[in-house]
Amino acid sequence: MIPLTGITESGAMTRRGELQKKMKELIDKYADKLVSQGLAKGSEILSLAIDEEIYSNTTSDLHFISLQALKEVFGLMNINSLLFAVPEEPRRSIIRALLRYGLSELPDYRAIIPEDCETRTFFHDIPVIDSPDPQKIAHVLSERKSAVVETGTAIVSYGTISPEQAFISYSSACFSTFVKYFHDHLIYLETCKKNNLKPDRERINGFDRIKAFLYPQQAGLEDSGSLHQLLKGPPEDEAMVYSMMVEAGKRLVTERLVDSFFGNMSSYFDSRIYISETAASLDELEGCIDAVPVDGSSSVGITSSSEFATHRAIYRMTPFRFILHGHPKFSVIMSMHCLKECHLRGQCYKACPEKRYVCGVPVVPGEVGTGPTGMVRTVPEAFKESDAAIVYGHGIFTAAEEDFNRPFQRMKEIEENCEKEYFRIVGELMQEVSTC
Amino acid sequence: MTGYTGKSIRIDLSEGVWDIFETPPELCEKYIGGRGFGVALIREHITKPFDSEDMPIIFASGPLVGTSAPTSGRLSVVSRSPLTSTVFDCSVGGRFATELKRAGFDMLIISGLSREWVTIDIQDGNISIKDAGGLYGRNVEETAAILGDDGSTAIIGRAGERGVRFASIVFDGHYLAGRGGLGAVMGAKRLKAIKIRGTGEVKVADPGALKKAREEIMRLLRASPAVFGEFGLSEFGTAALVDLIHARRMEPTENFRKSVFPKSGQYSGYSMKTAYHTKKKGCRGCPILCKKVGRAGEVMPEFETVSHFGALNGNSDLQSIVEANRLCNDYGLDTITTASTIACYSEFSGKRLSPEELLRHVVLIGERQGIGDALSEGSRRFAESKGVPELSMTVKGLELPAYDPRGAYGMALSYVTSNRGGCHLRAYPISYEILRKPVAVDRFSFVGKARMVKISEDINTVIDSLTACKFVFFAASLEEYAKAINAVTAREYDVQSLVRAGERTWLLERHLNTLNGFSRKDDDLPERFFRDAGYSDENVTIPPIRRKDFDDTLDRYYRIRGYDEEGRVTEEDERAD
Repeated sequence: MIPLTGITESGAMTRRGELQKKMKELIDKYADKLVSQGLAKGSEILSLAIDEEIYSNTTSDLHFISLQALKEVFGLMNINSLLFAVPEEPRRSIIRALLRYGLSELPDYRAIIPEDCETRTFFHDIPVIDSPDPQKIAHVLSERKSAVVETGTAIVSYGTISPEQAFISYSSACFSTFVKYFHDHLIYLETCKKNNLKPDRERINGFDRIKAFLYPQQAGLEDSGSLHQLLKGPPEDEAMVYSMMVEAGKRLVTERLVDSFFGNMSSYFDSRIYISETAASLDELEGCIDAVPVDGSSSVGITSSSEFATHRAIYRMTPFRFILHGHPKFSVIMSMHCLKECHLRGQCYKACPEKRYVCGVPVVPGEVGTGPTGMVRTVPEAFKESDAAIVYGHGIFTAAEEDFNRPFQRMKEIEENCEKEYFRIVGELMQEVSTC
Repeated sequence: MTGYTGKSIRIDLSEGVWDIFETPPELCEKYIGGRGFGVALIREHITKPFDSEDMPIIFASGPLVGTSAPTSGRLSVVSRSPLTSTVFDCSVGGRFATELKRAGFDMLIISGLSREWVTIDIQDGNISIKDAGGLYGRNVEETAAILGDDGSTAIIGRAGERGVRFASIVFDGHYLAGRGGLGAVMGAKRLKAIKIRGTGEVKVADPGALKKAREEIMRLLRASPAVFGEFGLSEFGTAALVDLIHARRMEPTENFRKSVFPKSGQYSGYSMKTAYHTKKKGCRGCPILCKKVGRAGEVMPEFETVSHFGALNGNSDLQSIVEANRLCNDYGLDTITTASTIACYSEFSGKRLSPEELLRHVVLIGERQGIGDALSEGSRRFAESKGVPELSMTVKGLELPAYDPRGAYGMALSYVTSNRGGCHLRAYPISYEILRKPVAVDRFSFVGKARMVKISEDINTVIDSLTACKFVFFAASLEEYAKAINAVTAREYDVQSLVRAGERTWLLERHLNTLNGFSRKDDDLPERFFRDAGYSDENVTIPPIRRKDFDDTLDRYYRIRGYDEEGRVTEEDERAD
């Protein structure tokens, strides 16, 4: 039986205090990340971790769930952390809309089933429970990494090793529901147009409200203008390579071009590929960059990003020396937008035979890693004709020869273009279906 | 019930008889298979000596064996260890488990002591105990050649015959129940070999659901740098870790006196691949194929072996390491304990052995000749006999593997909490402290490690009971394997019910050790790790482990586990779930 409160008084108090402080710092760190990324308000996050006793980021309950109820989950599950939070707008409204329009149709299983790469590979689907009852939470999290709770429109997730896992699962649920909602809406309007149907007014109004959350200060989209420069290349030495990567990693995060702080990046310098390590948070790359000899003479790169093979293939086939990979949302959404009737529908992410472009950027299929349908077989080919490529349902790769400035600007520009293109198509469709 | 054959074999070598009994359904439900089966069934005999008539050795398959679930063709071998005296299980690859299931059996339980050397032959339902004839006195390669390669074999070499306390059992030529001396248990029974062939099919409740679960697992495997990445296990075998552990400066060197060996690049995965033109090979039903075999058929050593015959003995000669591995496999010796015992002897004698001397000592141990007779007792007994117990780098008498605990504190804790002694595979913290999966954690901190290790132990215990390979869990999780086992058995496991089954088995193991007198006094690292620093430079500092922090964390672990202050588990506690 896991003790829920209090511990046997043994061991030096100073050490116990030190441990408490560090455990608290750990959960606070990820609560802060949720806030800084606009994924939740600080007052609507309950983050708990357990070693011998339970630690939490706050002593306050949410109005629809108490800390004590969440503590009970630790008695029902063999886990080390639990995160319960209300997603900040527009995500809260997005989840509400998906609960209404985007649930799976299986009679005995209520779940949101996003089709982006990360969800398909790692999370499978996001089940839904009606209330934050500890038994229900434990039951649903015994089968999935995160779940949506209807009461309060919250997301709950957990970790077995570290609170970071709970953070990743929560953040990924936010990302994939965002992608699913906007992609579904496009499909919905296309279906209305095809079937000559008038769209549901309430659904359209909901979309407009969600869109308004994206642009609170302005009616439409504007260019973000030029950003301050990243370190200019080419690098003089290894130390400069590390500095360039650390700086660019932080920028990808602050500009919200990656999901869960994950993406990856590399630089080819002096017969080595310097690449971010797998599961490395891009805003904390110090000490998390592998220097991998290109001749393969060391396997120290076993901890490098799962896209290492793709990066290396790009370097082999092109003059590029700097590569960024992120998951900007509208690029992902637009990469999935295809109306062509095709016998491979459902397998687009790995087997799309078409040569497709979005906003002038090639879109290629490809799964994570090195398998027969892995992106290592598609992305480098695309770079023969472009300095960027979008992987279906996954994200963008950008590259340049000198430094990370051009790749970063390109990624930003592609995302802005995709966002504009998305809303242009939606606008056109609305005009067409409004006459139905 | 699908997934299990529902039948198991019990053989009494004292009487030369056998019978077939129903695999208890409640055993399947509570302990899943493999390690869980073995530990549950050895319970009533565990206080007897390893070489007593009543002590069984149990070969247990799992519910996924013989199905298309990835990496699930493994077997658990369970008995009481001659080396550590703890309850002891080994997870083994190869084809044995699949042949056992196809022959129609979930388990093979062997007790009794034969008067003469014998072999056991199983072909589907036909079971026979045969005179070992001319096999006695032969090593594994010769014995395997005589037995033939139709079906699967489990063989002991001369080390097992002669009671070397860390003798292994060799399956199908080069898959080992390596640690803990289970080969000596077979030797005590005068059981030279087992041969098994099966032609039946393993029934699956929902083949479509299993196919889907398999696809999910395969997708995750392909996305894993540690498994299918360019530098992963599939490409270089476990020797892929040589460069990484070197880079992390936690490479046990010269009997753990140092934590980095400058010449380890000479026997890295890349060096072996280049020098021996290795090809991939692996267990039945495994897509990873981590076993590496040279062009001339040389079996490449695993990471632990290469590192311990390398850095631990100050040896950078690749050829001698490959040969040491071959000799260990041929004699049927645990490579980790053999290399570590020689390193202990080397420190005691104040002399670093040349590659040739190293090989000669392996043979002396296998033959129990000269100094090899004393070394065949393992480093703890050897060091104690010489009055220098501090030179034995063991926990509970089991030699530590190739991760210096000063370089990863979860590993340090899990070495001592392990129920079978100093082992890296019980909690496998290397996964998150070094390989960053599922997420990276601070390797130089004890914060959160008590529960982290506890949960990992429970998870790995059920993985051993599913008889899946731990490597697949660098990529997939029990979430996917719950789907696989449900598809096979039509049961309704979820992650938490599986983890509970793991916890149940773990607590039973601890209780069995308690019955044999194990307690907190046995849960400790060699003093060297608390006294001496490892390697340090401008990038990394490897200090000694702070004793107080370590002890505090162990206290926390005990309380989280529900042990008493002395680390004991009563029968009442063990049965509490």
